[in-house]
Amino acid sequence: MRTLFDKVWTAHEVVAETADTPAVLYIDLHLIHEVTSPQAFSVLRGLGLPVRRADRTLATMDHSTPTITEQVFGKVPIKVDAAAKQVRQLEHNAAEFGVELFGMRDARRGIVHIISPELGTTQPGMTIVCGDSHTSTHGAFGALAFGIGTTEVGHVFATQALLQRKPKTFAVNVEGRLRAGVTAKDLILAVIGRIGVSGGTGHVFEYRGSTIRALSMDERMTVCNMSIEAGARAGMVAPDDVTFAYLEDKPRAPKGKEWDEALARWRSLVTDPGAAFDATVDIDASLLEPMITYGTNPGMVLPIGASIPDTPGDEIFDRALRYMGFHGGEAMLGKPVDVVFIGSCTNGRLADLEAAAHILNGRKVAPGVRLLIVPGSQEIKRAAEAAGYADIFKAAGADWRESGCSMCLGMNGDTVAAGQYSISTSNRNFEGRQGVGARTLLASPYTAAASAVEGKVTDPRGML
Amino acid sequence: MEPVIRVHSTTAVIPARNIDTDQIIPARFLTTTTKEGLGLQLFADWRYRADGSPNPDFVLNLPQARGAKVLVAGRNFGCGSSREHAPWALLDYGFRAVISTEIADIFRGNALKNGLLPIVVDEPTSQWLLAHPGAEIDIDLQSARVTLPTGLSSAFSIDAFARHCLLNGLDELGFLQSRMGDIERYEAARFPGA
Repeated sequence: MRTLFDKVWTAHEVVAETADTPAVLYIDLHLIHEVTSPQAFSVLRGLGLPVRRADRTLATMDHSTPTITEQVFGKVPIKVDAAAKQVRQLEHNAAEFGVELFGMRDARRGIVHIISPELGTTQPGMTIVCGDSHTSTHGAFGALAFGIGTTEVGHVFATQALLQRKPKTFAVNVEGRLRAGVTAKDLILAVIGRIGVSGGTGHVFEYRGSTIRALSMDERMTVCNMSIEAGARAGMVAPDDVTFAYLEDKPRAPKGKEWDEALARWRSLVTDPGAAFDATVDIDASLLEPMITYGTNPGMVLPIGASIPDTPGDEIFDRALRYMGFHGGEAMLGKPVDVVFIGSCTNGRLADLEAAAHILNGRKVAPGVRLLIVPGSQEIKRAAEAAGYADIFKAAGADWRESGCSMCLGMNGDTVAAGQYSISTSNRNFEGRQGVGARTLLASPYTAAASAVEGKVTDPRGML
Repeated sequence: MEPVIRVHSTTAVIPARNIDTDQIIPARFLTTTTKEGLGLQLFADWRYRADGSPNPDFVLNLPQARGAKVLVAGRNFGCGSSREHAPWALLDYGFRAVISTEIADIFRGNALKNGLLPIVVDEPTSQWLLAHPGAEIDIDLQSARVTLPTGLSSAFSIDAFARHCLLNGLDELGFLQSRMGDIERYEAARFPGA
């Protein structure tokens, strides 16, 4: 009796771990981007080593890239000099080492965790790594996918393997139907609120139960994406017909006889009945409300109608509230909003833009509020334009951009000003994450769009 | 890599819990393509005021923190982004060890690979350290013990392989490369004919 994680782990053990040595784990797919790869390429160059399996390596640029069309496709230079240098460096490195690159003007470019599923290179049962903590996203396909540091990026370049200690398993059981207006984002925020930002440290989550089965792939990716916000390097969902239907027509998914063989293999990627987990949490999805964060980590989260906790004497908690400009006991509903960001590897997929369009259709962004909508990939951008969402966004007064990480972490100049409040569909509300002194409230695309219209924190359920 | 055997130093204390890697090194400094010089930007948004001058209230700007090679922090240090720039910045600044009751997985791995000791201690040891900034302590990797100036000493757990690499100044890549035959055999078995 084995868990899904155990099956994927064991299938990739080149050498099993011992008390004295970690396992040598084979890596099926290595995704790289411009921010965490340059120093690893330098190490290779210094050692005179090639990228051993360039055929298992894919590169793109997303973190520091501009989202303004003229800077991507026109003659206007990238605003941030250092970012421009980083982009050129990746172009140079990919060419020198023979790594396939989805470059700045490639129609398939986008956030690394969004384009690999779109290409069909993310597949069930794989091991997938990237120098990026939100690599956990790919676990939605039943892959073991986790973020690594730049030294490890170099290890994978040189050997296509990593030294790893086997993590523990953690079952996140979710049962019941999500109510209207309550999304996958609200679900994962509630999970993080329940177990805390370090509750998953040392573990791999498996999201299980009827609620998870009922989620689309876009929604499962939202859930797995934020596993790291609860401390777990990876989160997995067993693949099923929803997964296979998503993958079947993707350009790089197996075809013909290979598809049939793959499907037979993938269907075995489930946790056996009775297999034991090291930890378990049970969530009743039917009780969940739209969630919103009020503090400076994703575990500081509340149902949108609730009030900020009052915790006299906790200096560290008080410091977080001071940063946010909030006080214990205050309601979240009605808090003013300056900026709204809809996008990121958490909520930048087509279903997220559809949700935002549903709210914004026929409505206007409140005066004085800036609404920035950044699709997760160029493919999503085209799809949103074809579906009419982009027209709805523009008519509402939103700024509609080219794809990238953008205001999730503000590396490319898309930032929130000091002291401003931002409702963001991204994944981190850390101090300064969206800009020096920026105050971030994490929420779903519904809540973000509704709050943009009202100019204050708003329960979207009155606007569906 | 230089062997790391022992760190004997005063401490600097940042009691905050859940110090994320965006605090350790904000994202706007990640546009660098090298590892050097990040110490200047360590904890930039806490350490400097908006005009770029040092924030006199921040721990690392206090005279007693000068020269400290050990950073003591609240629970769950290093959470968030996988950026290895975080240990690079801490090392470049001069830290050689970080002590907390809990250290996030990716940060811990990144720290070990760069010779920065991620030390997880028990709650009483942590409480004592948090309450005594500037204390002169001893971290002995050979015996895996932290010794306080009170004479009290407590064991910390550290992965046996990482400890071996640190004590002997070994690079993990060398070990992985020594298993290349196994990796090739694995590939041949799993992808026959490829």
